[in-house]
Amino acid sequence: MRRLNAVTLALAALRHQKLSSALNLLLMAFGVALMTFIVAVSAQLEQGALRDADGIDMVVGAKGSPLQLILSSVYHIDIPTGNIPATAQAELAANRLVAQVIPLALGDSYQGYRIVGTNPDYVRHYGGQAATGVLFGGPMQVVLGAEAARVTGKKPGDSFAGSHGLVAGGEQHVHAPYQVVGVLRPTGTVLDRLIVTSVASVWQVHDTDPDHVGTAASASEHEVTALLVRYASPLAAVSLPRWINSQTRLQAAQPAFEAAKLFQLLGVGADVLRAIAGGVLAVAGLSMLVALYHALQERQADLAILRTLGAPPRTLLVLLLTQGLLLSLGGALLGWLLGHAGVGLLGHLMQAQQNLGLSAWRITPSEAWLLPVAAAVGLLAALLPAVRAYRIDIAATLAHH
Amino acid sequence: MLSITDLTYRRGGQSVLSVPAFALARGEHALLLGPSGAGKSTLLHLLAAILSPQAGRISVDGLDIGALTPREADRWRGRHVGYLPQQLSLLASLSVRDNVLLPGYASGQPADPARADALLNELGLAGKAQAMPHQLSGGQRQRVAIARAVINRPRLLLADEPTASLDDAACQGVTALLLRHAQQSGASLIIASHDARLIAAMPGALVLRLPAREGLPCAA
Repeated sequence: MRRLNAVTLALAALRHQKLSSALNLLLMAFGVALMTFIVAVSAQLEQGALRDADGIDMVVGAKGSPLQLILSSVYHIDIPTGNIPATAQAELAANRLVAQVIPLALGDSYQGYRIVGTNPDYVRHYGGQAATGVLFGGPMQVVLGAEAARVTGKKPGDSFAGSHGLVAGGEQHVHAPYQVVGVLRPTGTVLDRLIVTSVASVWQVHDTDPDHVGTAASASEHEVTALLVRYASPLAAVSLPRWINSQTRLQAAQPAFEAAKLFQLLGVGADVLRAIAGGVLAVAGLSMLVALYHALQERQADLAILRTLGAPPRTLLVLLLTQGLLLSLGGALLGWLLGHAGVGLLGHLMQAQQNLGLSAWRITPSEAWLLPVAAAVGLLAALLPAVRAYRIDIAATLAHH
Repeated sequence: MLSITDLTYRRGGQSVLSVPAFALARGEHALLLGPSGAGKSTLLHLLAAILSPQAGRISVDGLDIGALTPREADRWRGRHVGYLPQQLSLLASLSVRDNVLLPGYASGQPADPARADALLNELGLAGKAQAMPHQLSGGQRQRVAIARAVINRPRLLLADEPTASLDDAACQGVTALLLRHAQQSGASLIIASHDARLIAAMPGALVLRLPAREGLPCAA
């Protein structure tokens, strides 16, 4: 048996004004959904970007756009700026300011997933561990990141030919198939979306390509796409990039710096969207105010009756505020669910082209303010009607009804 | 139980109501008769501690209700007054049963659900407990309002024009219903009306006649 209280009465009143309540709920939900979507996508992209770049102090590659170098070598979402001599790895590793150098040789892909020629340090850097099989060791052996394995369906023992280029549909290197020797556990990083092999295997595919007979590179002419560098000392950040950039073929780019620049650029767009969502929330608040005020006019007699039954003004105030709060929190919850469903949908749609690692139900701390803001909008919208209800003149209202 | 002494109520500087003396013993009922504008509803509002008099005293069981603070007045009204306004004003968003239980929420003293069911049963509304007010006839709504007014066993049952626009039979029926429930609840029933038929319908009730304009009312 339900007990009458402010919540049950407010819910009954909202149910009684179905259309108006539903419209206000949807308006609030729309504003919160938009805000949730923007906040969640920004936060997840930023978290993903930070995770992928974690522990990489500098990327060395061919001259060009430093942002492009970072996007292609760290996040694997752009075309590389070019290649650099493989000998640069040894030269850089010999520098006392450098703790670790991981080579990357890019250029091929399989079903849209990039084949990365590197060494086992790259897998270890992202905490990769074999879920099935083993890590690559011998020539033409590959391990697949968790997502790459799931989507392509490849498992240890299978073989496949890589395609030239970084998108699906390129010319296939059928003369040099890769052997799958392992599948990695999910790491939540870019590694999940890669097919990893040794640099030597990537060279072998191109050195033995029958379409390019006679152009096979000698050991001294081999190239890599980029080198991921970890500093041995913070001092390296000052001198090392300058030293590398002074060399004719090489450029150094710092992921932290480039990512910050990128997010600053994206942030302008996100700010505009946030402002729009804020506007929608404000409109939702205004609409709620109008609806509650209108409802108050219709319910004056009800409220006067409550007063004749002994309800103090405070009870009426609480009742109206509860109504606004329920409407806004209901809308906020619906909007939050819709916003996250939108994030999931975007993640699903983008998976086919460029996986951004977006997950519908990954909750970020930056969403925590959405609920209090929605509650504040609801309370603010209900405040004026609530104060009027508080001040209701019982005798005059009863006389006029 | 109820006594009024030298009561004056003014609105906008003009005297709206003046009652030199009136007394009602426990279990007695009263009829406030007078034309529109005589101050009948105002007197009910004063008796319900909705309004406070500018002069004079209204005492219920020795308590000067005109001297209560607004908060005390709300609490007193919630505990001791059953009020039937002229327009029945059931809450359209609540079921019949919840309307009857509403005084419990308003006064902060939860009403007894078993008593609500018993009242609805007695008033022939047992099958309508979950119905919404718009699904009821005018007579049914009036009976729900009566149940709501007496659920908390008030000392004073105040009814404002309960028989307006009713035919003779219905007038008799409603008055008898109010008297019966007032007696069952141990309440004194005070009806404000311009309907002279109530004199016959409420035998033994004290009649307080209020003139149309300022002037002294006379008790009959």
